[in-house]
Amino acid sequence: MESNHKNLLFSVLPDEDVLNQCIHCGLCLTTCPTYSLTQFERSSPRGRIKLINAAAKGEIEIGDTFAYEMNFCLDCQACETACPAGVKYGSMVEAARVIVQDSKLNSILRRIIRKITMKIVISKRLLKIASRILYFYQNSGVQKVLHRSRIINLIFPKLSEIDDLSPKVSKKFSSELIPEITLTENKVKHKAAIHLGCFMDVMFANINKDTIDVLSLCGCEIQNPIEQVCCGSLPGHNGDYESARKLAKKNIDAFERLDYEFLIVNSSGCGAFMKEYAYLLRDDPSYSEKAKVFSSKIKDILEFVNNELGEINFNKLHDKITYHDACHHVHTQKIINEPRNILKAIPDLDVNEMNESTWCCGSAGIYNIVHYDDSMKILERKMDNIKKTGASIVLAANHGCLAQLQYGADKFHVAVEVIHPVSLIKKALQKTTE
Amino acid sequence: MENSVKEKIKRIVGERNYSDSYEDRLCYSYDATALLHQLPEAVTFPENEEQISSLVKLANETKFNIVPRGSGTGLSGGSIPVENSIVIVMTRWNKILEVDTRNLTATVQPGVITANLQSEVEKIGLFYPPDPGSMNVCTIGGNVANNAGGLRALKYGVTKNYVLGTEMILPNGDLLKTGGKNVKDVAGYNLRDFVVGSEGTLGIITKILLKLIPLPSESITILAYFDRLHDSAESVSEIIAAKILPCMMEFLDNTTINCVEDFTHVGLPRQSEAVLLIEIDGRGSIVNEDAETVKNILLKNHASFIRVADSINEALLLKTARRSAFSALARRRPTTILEDATVPRSELPIIIEKVTEAGKKFNVTFGNFGHAGDGNIHPTCLTDERDMAEINKAHKAFDFIFNEAIKLGGTITGEHGTGLAKKQFLEKVAGIPGVEMMKKIKQSIDENNILNPGKIFSISPRCEGSLPFRREQIKDFQN
Repeated sequence: MESNHKNLLFSVLPDEDVLNQCIHCGLCLTTCPTYSLTQFERSSPRGRIKLINAAAKGEIEIGDTFAYEMNFCLDCQACETACPAGVKYGSMVEAARVIVQDSKLNSILRRIIRKITMKIVISKRLLKIASRILYFYQNSGVQKVLHRSRIINLIFPKLSEIDDLSPKVSKKFSSELIPEITLTENKVKHKAAIHLGCFMDVMFANINKDTIDVLSLCGCEIQNPIEQVCCGSLPGHNGDYESARKLAKKNIDAFERLDYEFLIVNSSGCGAFMKEYAYLLRDDPSYSEKAKVFSSKIKDILEFVNNELGEINFNKLHDKITYHDACHHVHTQKIINEPRNILKAIPDLDVNEMNESTWCCGSAGIYNIVHYDDSMKILERKMDNIKKTGASIVLAANHGCLAQLQYGADKFHVAVEVIHPVSLIKKALQKTTE
Repeated sequence: MENSVKEKIKRIVGERNYSDSYEDRLCYSYDATALLHQLPEAVTFPENEEQISSLVKLANETKFNIVPRGSGTGLSGGSIPVENSIVIVMTRWNKILEVDTRNLTATVQPGVITANLQSEVEKIGLFYPPDPGSMNVCTIGGNVANNAGGLRALKYGVTKNYVLGTEMILPNGDLLKTGGKNVKDVAGYNLRDFVVGSEGTLGIITKILLKLIPLPSESITILAYFDRLHDSAESVSEIIAAKILPCMMEFLDNTTINCVEDFTHVGLPRQSEAVLLIEIDGRGSIVNEDAETVKNILLKNHASFIRVADSINEALLLKTARRSAFSALARRRPTTILEDATVPRSELPIIIEKVTEAGKKFNVTFGNFGHAGDGNIHPTCLTDERDMAEINKAHKAFDFIFNEAIKLGGTITGEHGTGLAKKQFLEKVAGIPGVEMMKKIKQSIDENNILNPGKIFSISPRCEGSLPFRREQIKDFQN
């Protein structure tokens, strides 16, 4: 059994050297949200690397503690930003998750939620059906009745809290709002394409719409192929590489026939993952080259706007805002100056840096559902930092962060509006055109 | 260790503060020192002085060893477990108990992160200068136990210059209090300074009283590029001779410059043989005047370019880049063996040349950087622990460097401590009478040799010789 784990671990790791690069200096410790919660070395990046290393070499059996710690990790990759040695921690922990994924070591709750979520995001049709049901549930009064009657607590005590974590489903999905080709009223400067995402499509349709508007105002002609699917990050980060690869190929196929300069993404997690398609499909002879081209064209909406700053004029905005760095922006894609440049360019905007802006908010995919209590402690810290800025708006460029921060604002009574930066950008641009 | 003993330990600290799972033992089997590791029998997180005292008494009764530990960022193996030991982890003792603005002192628990204390006191215009490279992670307790230095030691001194008092649990379980808020205190032996740098061999530190000073209001940060290593070292000697005392003078060689630049992208000159990072701080116009003099000396010594940080942010980036040097060197090879040989600063140009010579002579790669202004350098051997032949060469190269440093009137360790890594060289620096005196002190305080035994020096013959650091060797050793 041990040797099976060993082989399996090696098969999913990029290469053996990845395991040996950590010099256990410990500079990652204080950047790790889970180490900060427990103060146990095994809940730190350095400790987890030691465990993964020992498992790969067959020195330890992969047991409950191992599985727990790998899933306890948020995969926020703050440690990768902190690591001077350039250790690829994310690839190690994701490889370890592949091993523990379907074993009995995973908690039942985690397995069920994971199975359902993965099934749903993988199929566009199922996601839309599920979202329609959820929309009905959230808007028909059923949710209120269930909550008020406390029936929900009888079924499963945590469900009432987790239930609220789900963002509100949009009345109209963005794929219904956004045509296959959007022309710009201005002079055409760029031929762009857009990826609408899965959750972004059904839960944040307005943000997708705002993105289209910003692109259009900046002189982009935008193509939106209906064949596009979820980016695959959710299955990918949870160790289901097979589904992730399938989705990746579908997206590559969907965009291949188009003529476009760049593919705009507005959710940091999706962008980060699609930039890694080249790596994900490196061993696939028929897709490895196409994936390289696809990944090279991925551009975050904030990267795009930052590049256009010389060309556009913002009008004054008088909001008092603060900015939350999504992990997949700051730690994975190293997007940290772009949003700040943009905000600085908006006249009169009152920008307040929060303490620990790059500290994870605890959303982390389905983490806030399967590790609810830990996630809430991390969220409380984030909300506290937001509150201290006195800002009335907090910006976050990821659907997970948006939902989590909104939940945090309600739960911890912080009077702050949670919006995507692209919506603010649109506001600043639109005034100009008026 | 017998299960009955483990049960007793568990009863003392409580179930939730105890673990003997293989996973936890593995995760406390190392610190930041290369090549060395050993599994403890158990890991404990005591909550108060009484629990620590009980553990120590039990260790004497049932004969097991105790290894205290902070964040585990040490570089001499001071917190690596020894045979038949339990680890006492102090990171949860992380409260700043008091900042006394009338006496300029801070009272802290040992698990407080150094940088956290600094940012807290800086908010009210006070300053705690010692800043080891790992200051964002390491604990004050670990700093005191190792008498840690840092970048600012040149002007402000090291940890011992800021420790006013300590509380620690002695090996017999008693609580020893030393020092106090008095600026002057000559009552009896200076026990406080025995505690500082004792590396966990004389007691377990539970409370620390620190001296604070006013925060300097102005600072100028300069980065000078050099085409020749020797010129950078000469500049340092000349700046000191010009009676200017910058707060730091750090040097990085070409290998280190490139590794650090790969990580930080702060715009270090990849072609330069060396850079000097100099910070001058203080109040008023003197800072500017000194900066001008320093710049002139740098130019006179053939600095090819002088970059002055134009914002606090840029200065911070440059200093943070310097602090990442040790770990950044691991980008080149997976194992980095770092030492901290130190010489009187007038001898700096010679020791830097000796490091280059050692690399050539033993055919190993060194990245060299360090606190040039203190004569404290960090020659770091870039190697791979899987290659035993190369590791042997590295050890020989370090023997050479240590001997050269001692010949120049230097020492084997400036700020990392002796621990396991350098104890075989201790006699060469401290002399036989010195080491004998240290052993007598240890034996009189820790009769059963239960506290971090085998660190700094070995008392019982069974620990003699260099420690095995590969699994195969450990097996041979046991047979």
